[in-house]
Amino acid sequence: MGNSIKIDAQGVYYKLLNQKIHDALGNGETDIELTRVNGQRYIADGLKNDIRITINGVPGNDLGIFMNGPVITVNNNAQDAVGNTMNGGKIVVKGMAGDVCGYGMRGGKLFILKDAGYRVGIHMKGYKDLNPVIVIGGNAGDFLAEYMAGGVIVVLRMFGRKNGESVTGDYLGAGMHGGTVYIRGGADRKRLGKGVDVAGITDADRGLLKGIIKEYADDLGLDADSILSERFEKLVPLSTRPYAKLYTY
Amino acid sequence: MLYKNPYNHYFDYVVQRDIDKCIRCKACVTQCSYGANYYDADRDLIYSLDHNCVGCMRCSTFCPTDCISIVRNPDAFRLNANWKDHNIKDLYKQAGTGGIIITGMGNDKPFTNYWEHMVVDACQVTNPSIDPLREPMELKTFLGRKPDKLEMNKNGDITTKLAPQLILETPIMFSAMSYGSINYNVCESVARASKELGIFWNTGEGGLPKALYGYGKNTIVQCASGRFGVSPEYLNAGAAIEIKIGQGAKPGIGGHLPGEKVLEGISETRMIPVGTDAISPAPHHDIYSIEDLKQLIYALKEATRYEKPISVKIAAVHNVAAIASGIARAGADIIAVDGFRGGTGAAPKAIRDNVGIPTEVAIAAVDERLRQEGIRNEVSLVAAGGFRNSSDIIKAIALGADAVYIATSALMAVGCTLCQQCHRGRCAWGITTNDPELSKRVNPELAAERLVNLIHAWSNEIKEMLGLMGINSIESLKGNRDRLRGVGLSEVELQALGIKQAGI
Repeated sequence: MGNSIKIDAQGVYYKLLNQKIHDALGNGETDIELTRVNGQRYIADGLKNDIRITINGVPGNDLGIFMNGPVITVNNNAQDAVGNTMNGGKIVVKGMAGDVCGYGMRGGKLFILKDAGYRVGIHMKGYKDLNPVIVIGGNAGDFLAEYMAGGVIVVLRMFGRKNGESVTGDYLGAGMHGGTVYIRGGADRKRLGKGVDVAGITDADRGLLKGIIKEYADDLGLDADSILSERFEKLVPLSTRPYAKLYTY
Repeated sequence: MLYKNPYNHYFDYVVQRDIDKCIRCKACVTQCSYGANYYDADRDLIYSLDHNCVGCMRCSTFCPTDCISIVRNPDAFRLNANWKDHNIKDLYKQAGTGGIIITGMGNDKPFTNYWEHMVVDACQVTNPSIDPLREPMELKTFLGRKPDKLEMNKNGDITTKLAPQLILETPIMFSAMSYGSINYNVCESVARASKELGIFWNTGEGGLPKALYGYGKNTIVQCASGRFGVSPEYLNAGAAIEIKIGQGAKPGIGGHLPGEKVLEGISETRMIPVGTDAISPAPHHDIYSIEDLKQLIYALKEATRYEKPISVKIAAVHNVAAIASGIARAGADIIAVDGFRGGTGAAPKAIRDNVGIPTEVAIAAVDERLRQEGIRNEVSLVAAGGFRNSSDIIKAIALGADAVYIATSALMAVGCTLCQQCHRGRCAWGITTNDPELSKRVNPELAAERLVNLIHAWSNEIKEMLGLMGINSIESLKGNRDRLRGVGLSEVELQALGIKQAGI
C-alpha cells in the first residue's frame, strides 16, 4: 500500500489542481482523493503512474486524456471527452458521461454506469496487447463507434432513457472497420451507419463479455449474472478495408 | 491482347533507347520499380512498356551509357483549349475504373505564383548595404508566444516569465511527413539533418519511430485526427507538439494510409495492427469549434507541463485570417499555414488542384489580421506550401512569416524528381516507399548531407539578401512589406498582399 492524500478542489483553478496532483505524485503519493471537484479539466492528463485517483464531484472535460496507467473512480457524473486518446488504465464513472468519450482510445477501460453522450468511442483502436474497452450501462447517443478500428464497446441499456427510445443514436458504427460493439437486448437496425451489420454472438463473444461484465459489475456494485442473462447482439464491420476500391490513379 | 483498354494507351511518357549505345547491362530494368523496362533474352534487347513509365527518370539517370531519354509521348490529342490533355486522360481513366483519382505531391496547375510577381528592395547610396561575408548576420529564429512587454531587474536579467520557444539556427524547418508516407531511411535523413542544422523536423501524424527518439530535441511531434502513435511518451519526446487540423494539398479531408503500407515498423510506430488501413477522420472528432481546439491545446500543454510550444497547422483557405485569429486566441504558440501548393503522399487530384489558396496571400492576410487585432506577438507564424528556393522564403518572411516549412524541396534534395506517384508506394528513388529493397536506395548519411547542403546554401543566400537590404537580422525583415514591391499584379492583388506596386 502506498501513501494517500486528500485534495480539496473547491474553487481551485484546473491548472493549479493538476499541479497539486503532480506535486502529490512527486511526493510519492499513490492514492489521491479529490473532493468537491466542480468541472476542473484535464485531471490525470498524460499520467503514466500506477496510482488511484478518487474523484468526488463532477470532473471537467478530458478526464484521463492521453493517460496510461492510473485507475480513476468518479463518484458522480463526468463531463465530455472522458478517456480521450487514452492508452491504458481504468476510469469508472458512477453516473453519466458526456460526449466524445474514448475518442481514439487505444487501451484501458472506461466503465460508465449510466448514459453516455454523442460521438463515444470514435476511432477506437487496438494494438497487440492493447484492447480498449468501453462499457455504457445506459444508452448512447449518435455516432457511437464511428470509424471504429479495434477494441470493444458494450452498451447495456439498463438505465436512462424513456420507454421506446433507442439504445443508441443514429449513424451507429458508421465507417467501422474493426473492433466489436455488443448491444444488450439487440441493436436498433434503423440506426445503423454505413458499413456495419448486426450479428448474433458466439461462444467466444460470450466468454469475452462475461469477463468484461464481471469486472464492470464488481466495480459498480451490480449483478453480472442478471446483466448477462439478456440477449446480446453485436455489430461487425462489413469490411476491414471499406475504402479499398474507392480510388484509381 | 484481345482488348486494350483505350485509357491504357494514352500514356504520358515514352522511353527512348539508343540501341547502339545500350550495353544490355539491365540497370534500367532493375532500377525501374514500375515495370517499364524489360530484357528479352531471345533477342538480347531491352524493351520498354511505355504505359508503365511515370517519368521519374530513375532509369535514364542510372544508365551508364546515357542511352535512355524519357520524352513526352508525342501521340497528341487534337489541340483543344478547353479539353487539355490531362482532362481527357483523367476522364478516360475514371470511365474505365469508376475511381476517385489519387495523386501525389502538390498542386501542379498554372495558378498565378505570387512569389514570381514580387521583387525585393536593395540599398543604394542612402543606406549602406551589409556584406554578410565579413559582418555578423543573424538568422536565429525563436518560435513561440512572445510577451507584451519585457521586465528586467537592475542587473539586466529578464524577470518576465517567458513562454517556451523553439530556437532555430535558420528560419527553415522540415514540414510534416509521416513515417509510412516516407520510409524510415528518409525520416532518419531528415532528423539527422535537423540536428546538424539546429532546426526541426516534423513527424507528421504517423508517430515517432523508437529509434529516432534520440533526435527528440529537433523534433516536432504531430497529433492529428487519427491519434496514431500518440502516447504520453510520444508527446514528451519532441521539442514541440503540432495539432494537425489541415494540410494545404487536401484541405478539409482526412487521410488514409492503405493497409498494404502498414508494415511491421509502421504498425509499431502508429500503434495499429499490421495490414490495417490507417484512416484519419476529416475533422478531429473532439474539435468542432475554436473552444474545442483550445481544449486540446491545453490538454497537450497539461500533458507536457507547459514546457513545450503547441503549434496548430491549418490549410490556407478563404477565411484563413479569421481562423488564425481564433487559433491564436485559443492559446496556440505557433500557427502553421499550409498553402495549396504544399505536397502530399496521396490526395484526390480534384482536391489537390482546386481547394485552398496560395500561401503567399494567406500569410499576408494572417499577419495583417493578427497585427490589427494587436495579438501578433502572441503567436509565431510558419508558412508552408511550395517553397522552391531562398528567395521564396525571403519574400514569405517579409510578408509576415516567422519561419517556413519545406517538404517537397527536402525530398527533392534526397532525389525526388516530382513524378507524383507517392501514393503508389513504389517510388523508384526509394523515398515514398516502404519496400525494403527500394528503401535502401536512400542512404540516411548521404541524404542528410544533401539536406544540410541545401539549407546551408539557402541560409547563405538569405544572408546575402538581408545584407543587400541593409538588414543584419532576420527579425528586422519579418512583416517588413515595404521591402517588397509587386510587378504585374492588379490593384486588388497588391492589396491582398499588402504591398506596393514597383516604382511607387
